[in-house]
Amino acid sequence: MATIHIDGKPYEVEADDNLLHACLSLGFDLPYFCWHPALGSVGACRQCAVKQFRDENDRQGRIVMSCMTPATDGTFLSIDDPEARAFRAGVIEYLMTNHPHDCPVCEEGGHCHLQDMTVMTGHVARRYRFTKRTHLNQYLGPFVNHEMNRCIACYRCVRYYKDYAGGTDLGVFGTAANVYFGRETDGVLESEFAGNLTEVCPTGVFTDKTHGEHYTRKWDLQFAPSVCQHCALGCNVSPGERYGEIRRIENRYNGSVNHYFLCDRGRFGYGFVNRKDRPRRALARRDGERRAVAPGEALAHAANLLKSARRAIGIGSPRASLEANFALRALVGAENFFDGHAALEGALVARAVQILRQGQVRIPSLRVMEHADAVLVLGEDVTNTAPRIALALRQAARGKQAALAAERHIPAWQAAALADIGQQQKNPIFVATVDATRIDDLAVETLREAPDNLARLGFAVAHAIDPNAPAVAGLAAPLAAAAQRIAQTLLAAERPLVVSGTGCGSACVLEAAANVACALKARGKKVELALAVPEVNSIGAALLQPADAAAHDLEHALQLLASGAADVAVVLENDLYRRAPRTRVEAALKNARLIVLDHQMTATAEAAEVVLPAGSFAEDDGTVVNHEGRAQRYFQVYDPTYYDAGAAVRPGWAWLMDLRAQLHQIAPDWGHFDAVTAATAQAFPELARIVEAAPNARFRLRGLRIAREPHRYSGRTAMRAHLSVHEPRAPQDPDSALAYSMEGHHGYEAGERPAALTPYAWAPGWNSPQAWNKFQAEVGGHLRTGDAGVRLFEPLAHSTSQGYFARVPEAFVPQPGVWRHVPLWHIYGSEEQSARAAPVAELAPKPYVALNPADAQTLGVGENMLLDVSLPGTALRLPLKLKPALPRGLVGLPAGLAGMPYVAPGTAVQLSRVNVA
Amino acid sequence: MSARLSPETHPLTARIDLAAPLDRKGYEAAGGYRALRKAVKEMAPGDITKLVKDSNLRGRGGAGFPTGVKWGLVPMGPDAGRKYLVCNADEMEPGTFKDRLLMEGDPHQLVEGMIVAGYALQATRGYIFLRGEYVLAAERLNRAIAEAQAAGYLGKNILGSPWSYELFVHTGAGRYICGEETALLNSLEGKRANPRAKPPFPQIAGLWGRPTVVNNVETLCNVPHIVQNGAAWFHGLSQGKSKDAGTKLYGVSGRVKRPGCWELPFGATAREIVEEHAGGLQDGLKLKCWLPGGASTDFLLPEHLDLAMDFDTIAKAGSRLGTGLITVVDDRQNLLAVLRNLEEFFARESCGWCTPCRDGLPWTEKLLAALMRGEGRPGDLEALEQMTRFLGPGRTFCAHAPGAMEPLQSALKYFRAEFEAGIARPPAQAAA
Amino acid sequence: MSHDRVLKLSDLPPAQPFVLHDEDRAAIEHEIARYEDPRAASIEALKIVQKRHGWVPDGAIAVIGQVLGIPASDVEGVATFYNLIFRRPVGRHVIKVCDSVSCFLTGFEEVFAALQRRLGVGPGQTTADGRFTLLPICCLGACDKGPVLMIDDDTHGNLRAADVEKLLERYP
Ligand SMILES: Cc1cc2nc3c(=O)[nH]c(=O)nc-3n(C[C@H](O)[C@H](O)[C@H](O)COP(=O)(O)O)c2cc1C
Ligand code: SF4
Ligand code: FES
Repeated sequence: MATIHIDGKPYEVEADDNLLHACLSLGFDLPYFCWHPALGSVGACRQCAVKQFRDENDRQGRIVMSCMTPATDGTFLSIDDPEARAFRAGVIEYLMTNHPHDCPVCEEGGHCHLQDMTVMTGHVARRYRFTKRTHLNQYLGPFVNHEMNRCIACYRCVRYYKDYAGGTDLGVFGTAANVYFGRETDGVLESEFAGNLTEVCPTGVFTDKTHGEHYTRKWDLQFAPSVCQHCALGCNVSPGERYGEIRRIENRYNGSVNHYFLCDRGRFGYGFVNRKDRPRRALARRDGERRAVAPGEALAHAANLLKSARRAIGIGSPRASLEANFALRALVGAENFFDGHAALEGALVARAVQILRQGQVRIPSLRVMEHADAVLVLGEDVTNTAPRIALALRQAARGKQAALAAERHIPAWQAAALADIGQQQKNPIFVATVDATRIDDLAVETLREAPDNLARLGFAVAHAIDPNAPAVAGLAAPLAAAAQRIAQTLLAAERPLVVSGTGCGSACVLEAAANVACALKARGKKVELALAVPEVNSIGAALLQPADAAAHDLEHALQLLASGAADVAVVLENDLYRRAPRTRVEAALKNARLIVLDHQMTATAEAAEVVLPAGSFAEDDGTVVNHEGRAQRYFQVYDPTYYDAGAAVRPGWAWLMDLRAQLHQIAPDWGHFDAVTAATAQAFPELARIVEAAPNARFRLRGLRIAREPHRYSGRTAMRAHLSVHEPRAPQDPDSALAYSMEGHHGYEAGERPAALTPYAWAPGWNSPQAWNKFQAEVGGHLRTGDAGVRLFEPLAHSTSQGYFARVPEAFVPQPGVWRHVPLWHIYGSEEQSARAAPVAELAPKPYVALNPADAQTLGVGENMLLDVSLPGTALRLPLKLKPALPRGLVGLPAGLAGMPYVAPGTAVQLSRVNVA
Repeated sequence: MSARLSPETHPLTARIDLAAPLDRKGYEAAGGYRALRKAVKEMAPGDITKLVKDSNLRGRGGAGFPTGVKWGLVPMGPDAGRKYLVCNADEMEPGTFKDRLLMEGDPHQLVEGMIVAGYALQATRGYIFLRGEYVLAAERLNRAIAEAQAAGYLGKNILGSPWSYELFVHTGAGRYICGEETALLNSLEGKRANPRAKPPFPQIAGLWGRPTVVNNVETLCNVPHIVQNGAAWFHGLSQGKSKDAGTKLYGVSGRVKRPGCWELPFGATAREIVEEHAGGLQDGLKLKCWLPGGASTDFLLPEHLDLAMDFDTIAKAGSRLGTGLITVVDDRQNLLAVLRNLEEFFARESCGWCTPCRDGLPWTEKLLAALMRGEGRPGDLEALEQMTRFLGPGRTFCAHAPGAMEPLQSALKYFRAEFEAGIARPPAQAAA
Repeated sequence: MSHDRVLKLSDLPPAQPFVLHDEDRAAIEHEIARYEDPRAASIEALKIVQKRHGWVPDGAIAVIGQVLGIPASDVEGVATFYNLIFRRPVGRHVIKVCDSVSCFLTGFEEVFAALQRRLGVGPGQTTADGRFTLLPICCLGACDKGPVLMIDDDTHGNLRAADVEKLLERYP
């Protein structure tokens, strides 16, 4: 700690901070541009000037950049000094000389850091009277819009994109007053994290193009605290709604999880909520024809089906909340509840849950992963399955620079000096996967092997670390040598991290990864183990199966239906065709009758007798459990009936509760959301703490609910005028402490508002995302009221002997004529919900089949030539993609793409070339 | 430059021959590479640094930082690892043309200076960062390096010592800012030439993050002579005219009778330089004002001509010695036009990194252009004055913009009436 | 009218796949060996390509990036920073006229005006016959001979407007 004196008053601050960081953390308003809490200082914009004095007697002082000045003990400075203030206003005036002053038509307006800083410095009158420089803009893809004329050359974009996110295709060109930030040529930004530019850019150069297509000012959006639905990491988001549509997703700060950054799938994948083809009315089949019916009628129809059923089963979903899954389980009974995972998927997730439950090693949050100093990635293509991990690993690699700089007493915020000193040096990362990955550039070593061989490598690494871990017999020499190198590197590290997951479809890989982590722990290392799982609530859904339960995956459910043992199925937010071969699903559904709850018109919903329109995450409250076992709450963003009185869209749990009531002729027992959460928590001791994921609906701040709408929200009396000139009462929310209104508690009262109930960032004078400064205990750190979410599992203090998995698989050997299937994941396309958003679909690949070029040669085929792919029960004709990194004997098929059937990982596949006549 | 100069009084230029510079043999015959032998065979690296400190050699690149002190900051000893010596041969300061002369006229002198200095620092490599337009200098330096290499003065185990050292010429591709030493390092690393923040200083973390010393051509050319003849000799060179030791390359450009560059004792007066050596102004012209050492120094007036051209004296008069090459502005010049030209240069050469420089300099240039056309407005002078403060030292990231403000602030001080004359008079009554 | 004779963006040769000449590749690789990091050869690599083509064609940017192992955007960032790297085609001869203070004081403006008249192009432009490109440049370090200009690698000093015609004749 250090004592610094600001305008005559002493304050305690962190000694290794810079003055800007320290002042902001103390709550002072001090303008800045080039500095960013995640990017550090470079001193380019000169906006953060303060006056520094030698000691308390110095009256003269000198102007310094606060971001470049360490907060050393005994520093005397003035923010208020007239000269410093005048200079700060002057800097804004300089920045504005070329700025187009187009705020009225600029998408950034209203959440613009440049606007905020301009007001903060008091610069009001323009003196520059000469020509402004102008630029041409570029096409940067479907996500990000480019308007270079608004640029103030703070260099944040390139520093974020290149240095932080490791992108290569955005740069700075030109010099002097003609610097240009863009791509070398027009084209789609390649980084999966490009969307963060829209928040990193302090003005309107990089804006959200999807938002621009149905634009609404930030102050006119209704927000809710929410959780991203597009992978299992659970990044916190603020979806904004207007006129019954989601208009944008903004990052919602969580100091333990995503902090400032999302991936582009999470940011731009919301379009599925707005689809016109969503089921918004209940549907029921009458006389062979399915039509829209009143909700009551649909419920009655469904209840009749259940009543007359021989046996009714419930198929839940890893993309539905704990509460909705639990409500389904309550409806059909525990023995008839299936968590909805595909056969192998379920086994893999169960293995991940087992590792969580055993508590041998700690499962890190995203933020913790950033601090690792050596990483083994085993089997998982994280960029495509759990994207935000890739960004975290980049920071882990970069940690080396800070470590080297620290040796020379250079503080970590000296961003440019860190890069100069660190040059190319990185913390070691090993990437052992099936195919090339987008983080290979970080790797000290990449290894490409079939899943079984990856598992063998992992087992060998564990054995090399701790001889008590099972050994691998007959390991190929190169792999054995690699295992030694990896083991030594991990052992030499202080904070080693192992990253794996379900992506390559091998339980052995997960077990091997767990062994490596356990071995490191046995050797006294402070190790972390991160496991990627498929969906937002994969862990949560699996936790609804007791540890000793027999497999309750989709395959078992389909068997019951196909055999006729069960004849009615209630399917919750799950498209069965994505999880089993078409023939398998059709065989099961032939004799069964289906009740489907979903917010998308999936193939399964098409086959249903009754469709109950469930709310998407934007119209629903729910708790989901992320990869680390963190339970997090998301809240309804808007009431779907406000603009469409006929809409029957309701939370899945509410439908299921009413269906149960109808079935048993009882009154709906839970009544509101908190009661479902409480019932779930009570039924599962492991989930006892989910009630703490957010304050309940009775929570009030100073007697007020928390407003979902900013206090400047406009047009409320007019926005429904096309429907009725009478303004209805604002929708009431019995399920949460949030109000569908600008009335209520909003802004910020530091330290008051719980993080889980913070819909958006705003503080007086801070309209941009930089307003998070005001919510954080220390800028860039944790939120004042604690980061949102509760971790359900914490590791045991010591490792126990039963820690090791012992099933070492046989080595994979390619077999002539038979190819082993491996799933290839795509950030855009593989995830079901985001793939239904148009801009994401635009970037999704077309179906293909992938082979090693040498294998392709044996078939006499080349790039883009058609191949017949024959799978058990299915035949496909697909163009070939050559993948030089893919090991021989494997065939890669894109997982989860629209137009691709379900293929179980590891399936034996036959290929033959298509002879064109 | 005449070959009849004595090496005693003109150590830097006595051997200069622009038409046919000495080759290694000729250079050795004229006393060259003796300092190198003496250094490597008889002196410890620390002795040389101490000698340079004692000699009070101050950097000839413009800032006058004591060279020995700079070297003293470099970590020494067997564990210090890779280290670099970089010669700043970017010479782009308008009005400056001394380093070109040294490199074209006596390339071996700089090569020897780079080797001796490299030895003192125990550097592993030296780079001469040469501006791209100096094609002839590049050719001659490369030839000299090849000759030195062949003679065993460069490469492995130089002159049988344990020390190995390589020397390269790196040619630039334009941009004045490359002369700023940290921007130069970025440029040398193949990056955009934005300056770096200090600390860390290059001596601790410079080229590729390793300890690095950057010195000007003229600075380095002095080193062999100091090693050869000692600190006392070097002090004597200035003949008591100045606290600053050694000789200095002075010069004059502008409309004088004999523009040129001369090696004189440090502290020669500006009058001696302008009137005796440059022959005074061309017929019919009178001196209006002068820049003592390049475009980024404050104007001085005719009344300052008797000042000694050394760091402290010129600083006291409110300017900077800079590179010591005088630019003379005669009485026929429109001062606003000259200033506009200067500020256009600085605006164009801004690296574009920091706000006041990037956006303030073009504005400055446009204000001056407006004043020049008689289209100035009330408030323009105040705007320019504010510019001199907001683009001053500490306000911008590097010294480029503060340099740009030096001629402007002095012009505002000395020639305010000419600025005021540029302000358009509002149509007499309409305004009232 | 002079601007009709000026090269326009639309006159640029269509982007063609760029092939790095073997000699140039070897020269760049030779340069790389002089530095700790291949990136340091980026400016020299651009100069090598420019020497052959007169300018740096668009396709060269990515190819240089590949040879050095750095992103094309970094190469372009460098190429557009330094004024001696040309990212547009230039004439057979490039005239660089010093416009800094000493040359300005000794008659730059007359010489520059004479050049513009004689060539029919403005600063930064290329004559329609592709023979000359006219560029202003900062101080050439020959202030004692002002006004000064460079044509290709040759420096010419003490110029007068009247000398321009003769001087240009030496560069067919
Ligand atoms: C904008 C700017 C341009 C400069 N240009 C040069 C230059 O061309 N040559 C030079 O030697 N020093 C130049 N300098 C000074 C260098 O930064 C540095 O001080 C010098 O190279 C140190 O060498 P010395 O100690 O031997 O003088 C420049 C400084 C600035 C701020
Ligand atoms: S003062 Fe000018 S040259 Fe120096 S860093 Fe700032 S913009 Fe670049
Ligand atoms: S925030 Fe300090 S200089 Fe930009």
